[in-house]
Amino acid sequence: MRRFTAALFLLGLGVMIAAIYQHIDFSNTAVNAGQAINAVAAEETGAANFVTSVVLAYRGIDTLLELTILFTAAMIGGMVLGRRRVDAPRDPDAGFILRTGADLLFPLLLVVGLYIILHGHLTPGGGFQGGVILAAAFFLPLLARPGITLIDQRVVSLVEGLAGATFIIIGLLAMFDGKEFLTPLLDKGELGALISAGTLPILYLAVGIKVGSELAGLLAHLAEAEALD
Amino acid sequence: MEAVVLVVVIVMLLSAVAVLLFKDFLAALAAMSVVSLGLSFLFVVVRAPDVAMTEAAIGAGLSSLLFALALRRLGLWRGQ
Repeated sequence: MRRFTAALFLLGLGVMIAAIYQHIDFSNTAVNAGQAINAVAAEETGAANFVTSVVLAYRGIDTLLELTILFTAAMIGGMVLGRRRVDAPRDPDAGFILRTGADLLFPLLLVVGLYIILHGHLTPGGGFQGGVILAAAFFLPLLARPGITLIDQRVVSLVEGLAGATFIIIGLLAMFDGKEFLTPLLDKGELGALISAGTLPILYLAVGIKVGSELAGLLAHLAEAEALD
Repeated sequence: MEAVVLVVVIVMLLSAVAVLLFKDFLAALAAMSVVSLGLSFLFVVVRAPDVAMTEAAIGAGLSSLLFALALRRLGLWRGQ
């Protein structure tokens, strides 16, 4: 059975590679796409950070798939790690420096993470980077004091699901408007203003919250896994 | 600028070797973050601040946290 599955997988992979090979014209690749986007991105999307305009507007579906990959990884991590027994032993508290450092860093990391997410369309960074910082903020206290519950896991899952749904709904709203999936909507505003670039900041906020809650949930799950006695 | 980059690259190489040589696992972990931070500096130099931020957040931040958690789980937290 296992050999059959492996053979089937290899066959599928081979067909996929062959199909890709058939469709890509290697002699004529789009190497100038970067310059073309540099020329038109500010006008078309209204985002001062061109990377964001590529990530969320020109290649929005790629970002959605990245989120799907992350979601799958976090889900499988949760499946593999399982639940802990009620009477399982816990790690002792960490040392003084880590405990105090975690207390001091927690609000600072929250602010930095949210700042990076909210300014994703203006300055370098965005949903992914800020989300990782948010996740680190919520994980540090767990590392310092094992056993405390900062947020209920169910709340984390709910927030994560809502953020993912927001991303897709904004994409679908564009389709209701008669445009393609994930086309930026709303007023573009003034280039470089905090409220500008239409729906891109909202999308990045959704990405940031989703990445943050997902990674925080996964890390909390890892920390919750039973300690050795 | 080239001199600064050269210094950063040498520091990165030295700390990469140090990761292998340190007996103390926590020190090795810190040296590993130094490699990641150096790399994110190099990304800034070549004008890729978005990538630099990702490298700093994930390479130096999150993976260090993950390794720290694994070290504690394995009972190697205190080092030698």
